[in-house]
Amino acid sequence: MDMKVTKKKLGLKDKYKLMTRDLGWEPSYHSKDELYPYMNYEGIKIHDWDKWEDPFRLTMDAYWKYQAEKERKFYAIIDAHAQNNGHLNLTDARYLSALKIFLQAISPGEYAAHRGFARVGREFPGVGPQVACQMQAIDEIRHAQTQIHAMSNYNRYYNGFHAFADQRDRIWYTSVARSFFDDAMSAGPFEFMIAIGFSFEYVLTNLLFVPFMSGAAYNGDMATVTFGFSAQSDEARHMTLGLEVIKFILEQDPDNLPIVQNWIDKWFWRGFRVLGLVSTMMDYMLPKRVMSWREAWDIYGVENGGALFKDLARYGIKPPKGWDDAEKAIDHMSHQFMLGLYQWSFGTAFHAWIPSDDDMRWLSAKYPDTFDQYYRPRWEHIKKLAAAGTPFKNYGLAKLCQTCQLPTVFTEPDDPTLTCHRETVYKGEKYHFCSDGCQHIFENEPEKYIQAWLPMPQLFQDPVNGDLGEWMKWVSLLDGKDNGDYAGSEDQKNFEAWRGLATTNQ
Amino acid sequence: MSTVFIALQANEETRPIIEAIEIDNPQAVVHRQPAMVKIDAQGRLVIRRATIEEQLGRDFDLQEIHINLISLTGHVVEDDETLTLSWND
Ligand SMILES: [Fe+2]
Ligand SMILES: [Fe+2]
Repeated sequence: MDMKVTKKKLGLKDKYKLMTRDLGWEPSYHSKDELYPYMNYEGIKIHDWDKWEDPFRLTMDAYWKYQAEKERKFYAIIDAHAQNNGHLNLTDARYLSALKIFLQAISPGEYAAHRGFARVGREFPGVGPQVACQMQAIDEIRHAQTQIHAMSNYNRYYNGFHAFADQRDRIWYTSVARSFFDDAMSAGPFEFMIAIGFSFEYVLTNLLFVPFMSGAAYNGDMATVTFGFSAQSDEARHMTLGLEVIKFILEQDPDNLPIVQNWIDKWFWRGFRVLGLVSTMMDYMLPKRVMSWREAWDIYGVENGGALFKDLARYGIKPPKGWDDAEKAIDHMSHQFMLGLYQWSFGTAFHAWIPSDDDMRWLSAKYPDTFDQYYRPRWEHIKKLAAAGTPFKNYGLAKLCQTCQLPTVFTEPDDPTLTCHRETVYKGEKYHFCSDGCQHIFENEPEKYIQAWLPMPQLFQDPVNGDLGEWMKWVSLLDGKDNGDYAGSEDQKNFEAWRGLATTNQ
Repeated sequence: MSTVFIALQANEETRPIIEAIEIDNPQAVVHRQPAMVKIDAQGRLVIRRATIEEQLGRDFDLQEIHINLISLTGHVVEDDETLTLSWND
């Protein structure tokens, strides 16, 4: 007679112990210092790696099972999108500018995060962080791949998607995101975890992904909703890891506090500058808008960030140094950015445009204290110039901040009529900054930031040598197709023509 | 007391999970947004496997939530029966 043996199922805690902690071993023919050589130079002191906990207790077997499920869901929808002309369901092809910026600047950041987590997973001696970082490394490469794959469907029909890899390395505005990740990857393993795991994933990522995905849903972009959700389903785990990391480091030794605080100050400001691009997307680039940048900041910055730093106060952590300056910038930054993108649109692989009367009414309502007073008059002036056939173009080169690499287009925190500009002389060379935050970051680590690759000096070197046409070739920008005003662009003409074909019997 | 939240994709798989969260957390506020549901709660939010199984009519492993999770805040404590989010303030 067959006896049915019921297999006893392991509880979550036992399974986690068996499949993480018990996979570790003590080295016998090399010392721990030789195996993990980067553990001491940042000054962080860790006494007991076993205190590191993954609150989700996710083990590799469960990880593969759930990730496979996510991939199946993702590809089912991507296939349906491609098979059913999903690109014609967009509200308007202006929306695509947001996607192009994402593909050129953010997806390569996912790949950079993959490399960073693969590295720190090797460098931490504890098994808990090794497993968690390995999972995140695999997540991040999946994010890069699914994003590129989803957006390749738009590349078949629209301009500006075709050369994101060249543009990631060469075009001016992507260097903002690239230098952010390069800065983190070339830091020590603990700083990398505070930079990406905590400051970016925990404090700022909601501001990037949640409005971006809602924006895609509002604007009929099923492909992006799908890659966004698929990536975001990993994000909750990353955020939880980020919060665990900081608690773990702070609980290990009181000497760690000032080092960690300094990193939080630095990486909050670095991240805030990168996310400035999202503000233009939310306030200007979505034909159908979800919420304003100000509203998103109130929910995900003020409310959540506030709760987080209130909680961490018991360790002695203070809100990041740039927090107040960030708050002062919120009602200005999207307008200042978009005015910059419009005037330099000859050099962007996406389109910019003058907001319509309707758009401006919405902006006045969302920014009652700033838009009509400071920004509407400029847009009205630009509109007049365009109507007269002399559109406003700025062929002058932007002065870039040595730290964040953005053009110095922002204003003083307490005076929106005065451009903010800071300078530091180091070893006889003058360096420029967009803000106090960026200047402080430089002054803490000048030897690092003087080595930064900046796109503007590159213009005067081989193979460009100051020639605009050569520069466009070098960055793979097709003049008259990828760049310039949306009004009159190929993207606009094609979208309208194809949508006409799809909705009539012509 | 600070607010914690959990955001889930709006789909057939999460409907019973959201119902279970509403049953177990009467103080929670449910915001239905395009393609996503965000649930805010003062101080603390508990998700119970048993309640989800009742709504769902089948066995459920709390880790299945990962498939449809969008975001969350607060400290996470998870075992076989519950997933809890909270702030210590
Ligand atoms: Fe990612
Ligand atoms: Fe800067």
